[in-house]
Amino acid sequence: MVTLDFGAVLAEWPLLLRGMGTTAALTAISAALGLGLGVACAWARTWGPRPLALAVAGYVELIRNTPFIVQLFFLFFGLPSLGVRLSPEAASVLAMVINLGAYAAEIVRAGIESTPRGQVEAGLSLALTRAQVFTRIVLPPSLSRVWPAMTSQIVIVMLGSAVCGQIAAQELSYFANLIQSRNFRAFESYILATLLYLTLAVSLRQLLRWAGPRFIFGR
Amino acid sequence: MQRRQLVALGLAALALAPLAAPAQTALDEVMAKKAITIAIPTDFPPYGFVGTDLKPQGLDVDVANLIGSKLGVKVELLPVTSANRIPYLQTRKAQLVISTLGKNPEREKVIDFTAAYSPFFQAVFAARSLPVKSFADLADKSVGVTRGAIEDMELTRLAPPKADIKRFEDNNATVSAFVSGQVQVIATGASVAGNMMQRNPQLGAEFKLLIKDSPNFIGVAKGEDKLRAKVNEIIAAAKAAGELDALARKWLGRPAGDLPN
Repeated sequence: MVTLDFGAVLAEWPLLLRGMGTTAALTAISAALGLGLGVACAWARTWGPRPLALAVAGYVELIRNTPFIVQLFFLFFGLPSLGVRLSPEAASVLAMVINLGAYAAEIVRAGIESTPRGQVEAGLSLALTRAQVFTRIVLPPSLSRVWPAMTSQIVIVMLGSAVCGQIAAQELSYFANLIQSRNFRAFESYILATLLYLTLAVSLRQLLRWAGPRFIFGR
Repeated sequence: MQRRQLVALGLAALALAPLAAPAQTALDEVMAKKAITIAIPTDFPPYGFVGTDLKPQGLDVDVANLIGSKLGVKVELLPVTSANRIPYLQTRKAQLVISTLGKNPEREKVIDFTAAYSPFFQAVFAARSLPVKSFADLADKSVGVTRGAIEDMELTRLAPPKADIKRFEDNNATVSAFVSGQVQVIATGASVAGNMMQRNPQLGAEFKLLIKDSPNFIGVAKGEDKLRAKVNEIIAAAKAAGELDALARKWLGRPAGDLPN
């Protein structure tokens, strides 16, 4: 029979709290930047010039068909040979942005392509520029349509940040691992980490559901 | 399980009893046959590993050859693993075990040990150009270490609070972080560091600070005092002549230091 001793792990609550804070910060920065990158890439693939569309298609396929941890290791262990040295946290954010950007591009593209052709033609016939048509007529309803999928993707990226502890980024799972290697309370440590991730994920989903219509695609 | 092992050991002891009776014959046999069988590791760089020419090499192999040449006999190398190196001695398939063997009371019950021949240790390594003279110098430097290893525990205790200790999942990640320049200093075991420095001479890494010492001894079969005395003689001479020191520098990147007898 396993006897659980949460006291030994809870005694390290400042570490767990710090880890949660870092995970939340990593997610916030990479969600904001990744969303922007995703919209830009979706525009390039649907409305952009052909060479750009092809380049973006290559990027999307490359990222969506390789594991996140490999992308992360490439940035952290590979880039220094080119003279680019990133801190664990910076490499984590960059990897998360690049990763989310690719998935977000495809999600937003689905929204854009489902826009009825007549709306675009109507906008152009009212003498709006192509940029105005895209930002005012096409994009907001597209984002609104794909927002649930986008929310899921951002939550997935947040959960994926658990592997950033592998390159010593001090996020939640890094501290959970550290605590269990100190007091050998692995089961308790991971149970607590699971609960904290669950809390983070549920809150993040609620936050995005609330913030999306208010700040991102209006009304 | 335990009991079965005991029974097996008992039976083995009974079977070996007639062999064990004429003890202290190992050295005479070696001299008569002009050959000595020495168990070495092949899975533990830089102490013992298989080179690109598929021949065993490493510090333990060099020590085995050194002892063979001092005895004036041919050396037959016998690759063993950590788990079976002591049984090879007990069954007299090898006369000596030179296989990064640490001394502890449990092992002393079943085999005898000569003097120590090489250091094994956890230490702090960094580039020659980086001044690290004491643990206090680690302040404001990034130090890579494998999470939960002995060196992590000790380093956490010894390093100043301002040291930026980055803990990685396994030895490979820790070494990668150091080799790619993501951390300035690495704290790890002698074998890992030796292997790393050998493959990456461009790093100019060197031994800086000792974290914990646990030297290696040569194992001989229980009661083979004549062979043990002879090997001790060779080790003492090699130590005095600086040969053990040279081997430690060659494979581990640091002097042999003070080896216990």
